[in-house]
Amino acid sequence: MSKLYDVIVLGAGPAGLTAGLYAGRSRLSTLIIEKGQDGGQIAITDEIENYPGGVEGDSGPSLIARMTEQAKKFGAERVSDTIKSVELEGEVKKLHGYKGDYEAKTVIIATGAFPKPIGCKNEGDYVGKGISFCATCDAAFFEDFEVYVVGGGDSAVEEAMYLTKFARKVTIIHRRNELRAAKSIQEKAFANPKISFMWDTVVDSVEGEDMLQAMTVKNTKTGELTRIEADPEDGLFGLFGFIGYNPNSALFEGMLDMEHGYIKTDADMHTNIEGVFAAGDIRVKSLRQVVTAAADGAIAAMQAEHYLANK
Amino acid sequence: MLDVDKTTFEAEVLKAEGKVFVDFYGDGCVPCAALMPHVHEFAEKYGDKMKFCSLNTTKARRLAIGQKVMGLPVMAIYENGVQIDSCVKDDATVENIEAMIKRHIG
Repeated sequence: MSKLYDVIVLGAGPAGLTAGLYAGRSRLSTLIIEKGQDGGQIAITDEIENYPGGVEGDSGPSLIARMTEQAKKFGAERVSDTIKSVELEGEVKKLHGYKGDYEAKTVIIATGAFPKPIGCKNEGDYVGKGISFCATCDAAFFEDFEVYVVGGGDSAVEEAMYLTKFARKVTIIHRRNELRAAKSIQEKAFANPKISFMWDTVVDSVEGEDMLQAMTVKNTKTGELTRIEADPEDGLFGLFGFIGYNPNSALFEGMLDMEHGYIKTDADMHTNIEGVFAAGDIRVKSLRQVVTAAADGAIAAMQAEHYLANK
Repeated sequence: MLDVDKTTFEAEVLKAEGKVFVDFYGDGCVPCAALMPHVHEFAEKYGDKMKFCSLNTTKARRLAIGQKVMGLPVMAIYENGVQIDSCVKDDATVENIEAMIKRHIG
């Protein structure tokens, strides 16, 4: 017989951890379910400089470690499991995982997002063999080699800068002719002698025997194709994709109102189902940052508390 | 669970008898660190049927690349010196890893 929690939080990124912290602090019995590492997307970034009140040189993992500790301190329980299916209607919400079944009176969905693939031909064959979406995981493999970074926003430029600590050359491949990244980050990138740029370019296809050894890029304006091969002495190169994220919402299709896979809520994190809330990157929203995810988590937890108090 | 390095990998993994599970991880690889406790649990649970090893690829880069590992995490099964199965990156979920182990303990 499983315990009936007041709140189950799905996902232990900044939204989920903040929801757990606020729910725990309100003395609601709270369970956070996470299938991977705490922190979600921010856990794999080396430096975070725009979290308000953040510490200089703070990394994603160190910020998240403090959030995890805080949620735990206020009594939120945590379990490692992957949820396969959910039943969200009614008084008792049910979540079915690989390791067990979980029940709660309210659910806060904070499942976040996963990296968008680069979208080139043969991409799947080279993930983990030259193609990566995690610079902190894989930069070390490319020490003194060349790497390419696809993207033009903050993530692409910041991760490119991180990669310059390892690779001898980093080339940013962007489909337009100007970056979208914040100006302060752009300035640093332009000043970095190890970083160069390929503008109006996308990756068309990748190839290689057992690992990434060549790729064909396409000019978005002229359609011209150019082949790029690994330096013969290196024999390989890295290709990192930082072009945005797709929402982790497949579990809720057909149940919750969504827009392009993002969950629709009102300003108080309510979904269309009573007792079910959404927080963080999974929501339809204009700005996806750690600070806005944390804010959503706090609001969702207090709304859950309000809902339970008035039942 | 045995942590191997570039000097012991050949003897402990490639030349071992029977099947060997290898957890390829690295310094600063957060997903790898998150999986490690689960892999240790599997080593406890299935250690009598399969040998469990781990390799820090940050300290053994050329060896990892030689084993066609250029992205983490990778959980692999070796037999007779050859990688016969693996879970790579996002496919390396706790459930998929356990399913892979079960496929090979016969």
